[in-house]
Amino acid sequence: MQYNWNWGILLQDPYLGWLISGVGWTLAVASAAWIIAFSLGSIVGVARTLPNRWLRGAATAYVELFRNVPLLVQLFIWYFVVPELLPDDWGRWVKRDLPLPEYTTAVIGLGVYTASRVAEQVRSGIESISRGQSLAGYASGLTTAQLYRYVLLPVAYRLIVPPLTSEFLTIFKNSSLALTIGVLELTAQSRQITEYTFQGFEAFTAATVMYVVITLTVTAGMSLVERRARIPGFIAGGAGR
Amino acid sequence: MSFDLGVIFDSLPFLAEGLALSFLLTLLAAAGGIVLAVVLALMRLSGFPLLALVSAGYVNFFRSMPLILVIFWFFFLVPLAIGRPVGGFYSALIAFTLFEAAYYSEIIRAGIQSVSRGQVAAGYATGLTYGQTMRFIVLPQAFRNMTPVLLTQGIVLFQDTSLVFVVALRDFMTATTIVARNEGRLIEMYLFAAAVYFVICFSGSLYVRRLQGKFAK
Repeated sequence: MQYNWNWGILLQDPYLGWLISGVGWTLAVASAAWIIAFSLGSIVGVARTLPNRWLRGAATAYVELFRNVPLLVQLFIWYFVVPELLPDDWGRWVKRDLPLPEYTTAVIGLGVYTASRVAEQVRSGIESISRGQSLAGYASGLTTAQLYRYVLLPVAYRLIVPPLTSEFLTIFKNSSLALTIGVLELTAQSRQITEYTFQGFEAFTAATVMYVVITLTVTAGMSLVERRARIPGFIAGGAGR
Repeated sequence: MSFDLGVIFDSLPFLAEGLALSFLLTLLAAAGGIVLAVVLALMRLSGFPLLALVSAGYVNFFRSMPLILVIFWFFFLVPLAIGRPVGGFYSALIAFTLFEAAYYSEIIRAGIQSVSRGQVAAGYATGLTYGQTMRFIVLPQAFRNMTPVLLTQGIVLFQDTSLVFVVALRDFMTATTIVARNEGRLIEMYLFAAAVYFVICFSGSLYVRRLQGKFAK
């Protein structure tokens, strides 16, 4: 194996700047998409557990649709197909005036896709709460909205911190797909450095290290959240705390 | 704007070749990944701290990396290691196998842990070696318990194979894109691709659900 090592390349101009901007875009895509994923996913997840059949059906359809089509295909549809299918005025606006079109599309696509996965976690969190709680809530005169607001959701969200952590980590990794529609995030930048310099080892190692750092940071942060959110008495909460 | 379904019919043979490659990649990577994953899971549960550490390190490392980056890594590394270009398929196959093994091994570890301890003790008591206990008693039960989860992961893997698009390996996704660009029919082709993936993955997950119902009895 012949290879000319040159780790210094990573610190040279413009490559260092590329890497830093790549990290920035990765964080920007992932965190914006997470806001969509978390809010939309919560709505859909709650809808899947509601008494209303139509809402439940629509939420289930949402989850099945977005879970069974690869994210890459979804991104291409958001980027190439949706602007064409919109009413003419909107389509023209999206194609001409949408600020940061690649970034916005990636955020929407990734957010809407991840929402289907968050929804499943929210649903399973709500369903894991014993039926007695809902019945007691209704018996004491709560409306469905109050039941969710005061009884089910506060418990459900605390139960699903660990799976939500792993979805949150996944969104950083999946943000790399944004490169397929032209967002120059971390993975794209490391490939670009490879193409310019043929120093693939160094460039990909840099990207790998960055992703590991992101993972470790998120994991550490979320384990704090998990400790704070723990419910005493539940198996995951460690009895007697 | 008008829909032109003709472009889909005309390109069906070409798309079918792509789909065949997607399936082949899925099958080979799943098979290789599961074999490697069993080794990783047994290492993790072996009780030897060093083996457990290596296995945990491997799993956590691959799970913190985006698949696209892993694909780029091996697309770059494999020709360098072998000394000549080997084509995208083998690099992709190696990347998927190593990457999926990390995910499969967590499933298999849970599966092995779901087999009751008494079974292992009984195996040793009747004079079986560690290898025999695993081979004839623990793994068959573990695999039975985790078949649905393994199949679900297989569906995820099938969706993930679309990412070989980034190294232009001609799977279903890349074939779709080639036709879409050559014919200038992006709308039809991408909606068609979504429909095909949806039908395959949704029927797969319905099948898994039925299987789960059967196993739960």
